[in-house]
Amino acid sequence: MLKLTCPYCGVTGEETEFHAGGEAHLKRFGPGSGDEDFTNYLFSRKNPRGVHFERWRHQYGCGKWFHAARDTGTLEVFGTYTAQTGEPPADIVAKIKAKRPEWEGFA
Amino acid sequence: MKRLPTGGRLIDRTTTFDMIFNSRRITAHPGDTVAAALMANGERMVGRSFKYHRPRGIVASGAEEPNALMNMGEGEWLEPNQRSTVTPVVKGQSFESQNHWPSLEFDVGVINAKLSRFFPAGFYYKTFMRPRWAWKHLFEPVIRQSAGLGKAPDQPDPDSYEQFYAYTDVLIVGGGIAGLHAALEAGRAGAKVLLLEQNPNLGGRALVDVVDIDGKPSPDWIAATIAALEDMPNVTIRTATMAAGVFDHGYVTAQEQVATYTQGSDAPRHRLWRIRATRIITATGAIERPLTFAGNDIPGVMLAAAVRDYAELYATAPGERTIIVTNNDDAYRTALTLHSAGIAVPVVLDARPEATGTLPEQARAAGIRIETNAAIAKVHGKRKVTSVDICDHTGAGDVRETIPCDSVAMSGGWSPVVHLWSHCGGKLNWDEANAMFAPDPKRPPTGDDGEGFVIPAGSATGDLHATQALANAAEAGRQAAIEAGFTPSVGAAPLATAPTEYPMLPVWMMPINAPYKLRSKAFLDFQNDVKASDVALAAREGFTSVEHTKRYTTLGMATDQGKLSNINGLAILAESLNTPIPQVGTTTFRPPYTPISLAAIAGDARGPLFKPTRKTAMDAWHDANGADWEPVADWRRPYTYVRDGETKRDAVHREILNTRNHVGMLDASTLGKILVKGPDAGKFLDLIYTNMMSSLAVGKCRYGLMCSENGFLFDDGVVARLSEDSFLCHTTSGGSDRVHAWMEEWLQTEWWDLQVYTANLTEQYAQIAVVGPDARNVLESMGGMNVSREALPFMTFAEGELAGIPARAYRISFSGELSYEIAVPASRGQEFWDAALAAGAAHSIMPYGTEALHVMRAEKGFIMIGDETDGTVTPLDLNLGWAVSKKKEDFIGKRALEREFFHRTDRKQLVGLMPENPDDVLPDGAHAVEPGTNIYGQKNMIGHVTSTYYSPTLKHGIAMALIKGGAQRLGETLSFPLEGGKVIKAKIVDPVFYDKEGARQNV
Amino acid sequence: MKRYSAFALAREAFRNHSGWERAWRAAVPKDEYDVVIVGAGGHGLATAYYLAKNHGISNVAVLEKGWLGGGNTGRNTTIIRSNYLQDESAAIYEKARSLYETLSQDLNYNIMFSPRGVLMLAQTEHELRAWKRTAHANRLAGIESELVDPQQIKKIVPIINLDGPRYPVLGGLWQPRGGTARHDAVAWGYARKASAMGVDIIQQCEVTGVDRDANGVTGVQTSKGAIRCKKLCFIVAGSSGLLAEMAGFRLPIESLALQATVSEPIKPIIDCVVMANTVHGYLSQSDKGELVIGGGTDGFNNYTQRGSFQHIEETIRALIETFPVISRLKQLRQWGGIVDITGDRSPIIGKTPVPGIFVNCGWGTGGFKAIPGSGWATAEMLATGEPGVLAQSFSLDRFAEGRMIDESVAAAVAH
Repeated sequence: MLKLTCPYCGVTGEETEFHAGGEAHLKRFGPGSGDEDFTNYLFSRKNPRGVHFERWRHQYGCGKWFHAARDTGTLEVFGTYTAQTGEPPADIVAKIKAKRPEWEGFA
Repeated sequence: MKRLPTGGRLIDRTTTFDMIFNSRRITAHPGDTVAAALMANGERMVGRSFKYHRPRGIVASGAEEPNALMNMGEGEWLEPNQRSTVTPVVKGQSFESQNHWPSLEFDVGVINAKLSRFFPAGFYYKTFMRPRWAWKHLFEPVIRQSAGLGKAPDQPDPDSYEQFYAYTDVLIVGGGIAGLHAALEAGRAGAKVLLLEQNPNLGGRALVDVVDIDGKPSPDWIAATIAALEDMPNVTIRTATMAAGVFDHGYVTAQEQVATYTQGSDAPRHRLWRIRATRIITATGAIERPLTFAGNDIPGVMLAAAVRDYAELYATAPGERTIIVTNNDDAYRTALTLHSAGIAVPVVLDARPEATGTLPEQARAAGIRIETNAAIAKVHGKRKVTSVDICDHTGAGDVRETIPCDSVAMSGGWSPVVHLWSHCGGKLNWDEANAMFAPDPKRPPTGDDGEGFVIPAGSATGDLHATQALANAAEAGRQAAIEAGFTPSVGAAPLATAPTEYPMLPVWMMPINAPYKLRSKAFLDFQNDVKASDVALAAREGFTSVEHTKRYTTLGMATDQGKLSNINGLAILAESLNTPIPQVGTTTFRPPYTPISLAAIAGDARGPLFKPTRKTAMDAWHDANGADWEPVADWRRPYTYVRDGETKRDAVHREILNTRNHVGMLDASTLGKILVKGPDAGKFLDLIYTNMMSSLAVGKCRYGLMCSENGFLFDDGVVARLSEDSFLCHTTSGGSDRVHAWMEEWLQTEWWDLQVYTANLTEQYAQIAVVGPDARNVLESMGGMNVSREALPFMTFAEGELAGIPARAYRISFSGELSYEIAVPASRGQEFWDAALAAGAAHSIMPYGTEALHVMRAEKGFIMIGDETDGTVTPLDLNLGWAVSKKKEDFIGKRALEREFFHRTDRKQLVGLMPENPDDVLPDGAHAVEPGTNIYGQKNMIGHVTSTYYSPTLKHGIAMALIKGGAQRLGETLSFPLEGGKVIKAKIVDPVFYDKEGARQNV
Repeated sequence: MKRYSAFALAREAFRNHSGWERAWRAAVPKDEYDVVIVGAGGHGLATAYYLAKNHGISNVAVLEKGWLGGGNTGRNTTIIRSNYLQDESAAIYEKARSLYETLSQDLNYNIMFSPRGVLMLAQTEHELRAWKRTAHANRLAGIESELVDPQQIKKIVPIINLDGPRYPVLGGLWQPRGGTARHDAVAWGYARKASAMGVDIIQQCEVTGVDRDANGVTGVQTSKGAIRCKKLCFIVAGSSGLLAEMAGFRLPIESLALQATVSEPIKPIIDCVVMANTVHGYLSQSDKGELVIGGGTDGFNNYTQRGSFQHIEETIRALIETFPVISRLKQLRQWGGIVDITGDRSPIIGKTPVPGIFVNCGWGTGGFKAIPGSGWATAEMLATGEPGVLAQSFSLDRFAEGRMIDESVAAAVAH
């Protein structure tokens, strides 16, 4: 049972209060995109053992979607942040790098 | 009744009452555990083992007990596998021993024991294979019947259960001296502390093994510490509460035994605690290990510390002549306790070459005979111990002497209780000196912040001696407080003084060179009948991983989860493999620590509270008027309203015909209603729906489709443009939450530049469909807004009042009839419903349910999400290409729909079907076949029925189906082979069966 | 390989069981194999066995980073059924089920296949219609499976509560020849026979890299050194994505934790497997007497094989509603396994973008029941270089095409 903090309402809640939404920072490939790009966008989600960025929704709270940086091997949560961004914020990236020097960075 | 003259700290010797064991009367004192009472009444045999049905006696005094499991209570109060060593006695309660037939004393299953040489570990993998039918019909039924332990009740559970949610800075598990002192430290620092103790009493081992703490005997220090903690408002103590599992991010479950005996009481039986703790201190103590020698499973062979527990706490003993066998100093405490209680201790067998520590010397001084380099070669006795063969520990079991006795107290050293530390990933180190796995403080389980969140304390760290245990508990309490953000006081920790103990000698097989004959009688897992020879066999057969050995032999898989057997078993495995023990490693520790009731896990979510039911504003009316309920997502909806003398089918047909001929009413409130508002609302909906919504005029309605990004249709509904910047989107009943979340996900994660808000208004409105040729007349007679054809044409809406109730009337139709859906505030839904019923009485209005709705929409060829769609169907497959915009640059699913595969002409496409025989109704899901077989050798299936009904309107069976290449097959006749060789033939027709021109709805 | 039999047991009993050999050889890796299979779970071992048995290819290594059968093979709830809706699923699962029927005899290892029936409850009208559709499809596919009404259900499972206040039982899909088997024994039995046929099973051997040249795969780097091979197949539920990454491609897979639990053993109360998808619970009773209970998956990517509480809680609530007499029983143990979930929740058996590398993965929550059929089909593909009839629909390229094999059509979960 994870514990997450919603960056919008500031509430730290139980996992059951939230809804997991898969990989964050997806680059959408819509009409006009090539087959490979489109298929990868739809199905080939990042699935690392380690640092991962993912969508969550504060389903039984404020209803907002947000992003979490989390380690899928240890379940450590490096931070949560607004979903209205194309890439993880610098402070969270720095925090991860400090804790996981071997991490290759967000790509 | 046999009680010792002294001792009995936990019992009230002035009072007695009776309980029942195997129909025999047992006398007990308040404070006894059931096991203690049984022992005091001379009951030696308390159950039968799992595999060989061997006689089993009490071994332990706590949660680690593998044998003394009982069926407690009777009838609906029956509870199987109740561990009698931790169950308090209750007046009149009945207990039955388990796993025997016909009785504990005469069990036919004991044949397994006679044949045990044929049944080594894993024997069942090697036999029972022929003839093939025999496994299912002969061998397995016998195995199933002889396996299992207790019985399940045959009636529903009459008890109640509840759950507590607790948030605490520091959770302390274990109320021995370490847990109590850690609580004191953390509490003094100001942290919110919750201390849980699995036993009904606090104090742990120091109640029995009295040490001096700061000049006080430990029981006095315990009492004083409890008093101090009780004075602290930030400290909560719960006894009889077992911490069951440690989960991710500091989540802990615990089960509190609220009432053992609930018959005639309304107290809950169990209370499940769901705890979030910033730091968890595991002051869970240690468990004594059995020794592995031949006959160590005979009733009367017990753990040494348990023997003195029974003597000190309950004033009873397993016998009158107790031989002690040990590899350490601690067991001498048992010798001294028994000796002073007047029980004969013929000899202490010490496997070590010498025994010169303080405790052995005290025993010698008391006149107790001590033999060193001594071991038990074999225990004699069947249902109870009669004598013991003693031998050199370093030998092969040559008998030195046979000594009569009626009980044996054994100690193989102690293992810290590391379960809770390990549940969430805490790692262990091998401690060579004490031959045990202990928590590695450098590798704790880590929480959401990446920091360790469990701190072991007391003997659970592996520091078995009271002095160190208390010192490290003080440290743990302070550390937890600091890490939870508090400042602990400084000052000296209390000092415990206890005799020093000389090192133990690891003893895994007794004697060291025991031959097979002895090893095959030396038990590791008493409940599951796993012997030293079984582990050796597993190793020889290549089951060299500890997990393989566990699974192959069932070692540690019993209800005690290997609390007594695991370490001995893996040591024997290591010995067999000639590998160091730490290299073999341990099996994984899994929650719960000891079993918890399924009922406690479910809590009060049972019966009507199992899953909340969403109810519409008119739910009570429906229920009072014959509604036959159907669960639809979280809602319940009337399937039909059955009248006296009608079948459900009759009722549905009546409702349809009445609606088609006169007027009907439907509670459509469950339809999702999502408001989408903002300057970019139209633009946003153009992306969400496959068709164009931004072009919809204010006041108008449009049917829309939503696809997944993969191009599959997943929801539909009518969109009404309320104003320039706001749209109300209707969704399916089951889809409203999903669609709302979907819209929000796209808005917030992809198109966050759009200025749009959404709100799920589903429950704000009651929505009532008034449907049929007389619908307009009914509404007009209610008085209020103009609902004429001119004022309110098809696919428009208007706002106003009807019967004095504010209303929004939509001219939309899911039945093909003249139809209005009226949305009113939910609080006035019933009022509107009543008014419409009254106004409609003259037109023979009647309500209809979901089935009539389905039939009428099928008569019109309207699709139903979930029937015509199943997650693999595109709008194109359903002839809904007209609702897929070709003009829009983008919408969700557009790119996917461009794929070639979605345009193949042999895809399954929607068709209508008319059975050749008008009275035939194709069964739901029936498949059409063409001659021959497919590549798999299956009948050549070309599609299936998606909706099928008898149409009372057309007096003909009708169906919709998805058929390969269906669009090109109009007029063909398909075969639907059914069960029993029957075949229904049906002709492919236009799926709009009724009123193809739409004349009836557009009036 | 010495035959196992009652006679052999009796003979050994009189010499203290000293004559039993290792069930599988302790193999040392050779420099090169025709086929290297990564992953000694049920699917990998079955593949190796059928390579040897059906295709005469025994110069095969099965590499396992831990102990064989220690992943999902040893963690699942052992359900075997084949009443799948889609043609290709029905074909491979029915192949598996029919192989299970004779597997004990085939392997000379009692895997305790126990066809005591699988019952899937319908608790909404919608679910009932879905089971009706499946029953029709199954009958035409030659799979014995039928729709049963509540009265028949009560006869099959007397402890069931048909009239729960929330979701009454409306009917069910009954596959009388479905059932359970002893999961560990399936791995051990395949390992023993494959090893006897020449397959090297190498435990404690972790793959750390994939070697390839311009033409495709040439071998693997492992914790026990480099091993060359002509063909390489990843059959590593829970680690499929990680190995694919190592080989330079990505799979449409996400790894989630699936929860399961067992009760304490009790005398028999239920014979068959019951699955209640609407309320999210399923259960059977093992030969040992434990109720074996499957929970749901966590919603987020997770590589910890740990139990979590809330899914178990939800499942137990559902099961107590469905089987009220289990309320007073106790939970003995809970655990988690990592499952590979694909875009359509159906497996992938096929070639990869790297020539010579094949995959078998993505069985999600339902892989155990498929083991023999999956091994059979994968062996055929490895032997011939091309997927055969059973495997061909499960190719990786179906996602690009949009050719989903979606079984969730008929069931909320695919256990």
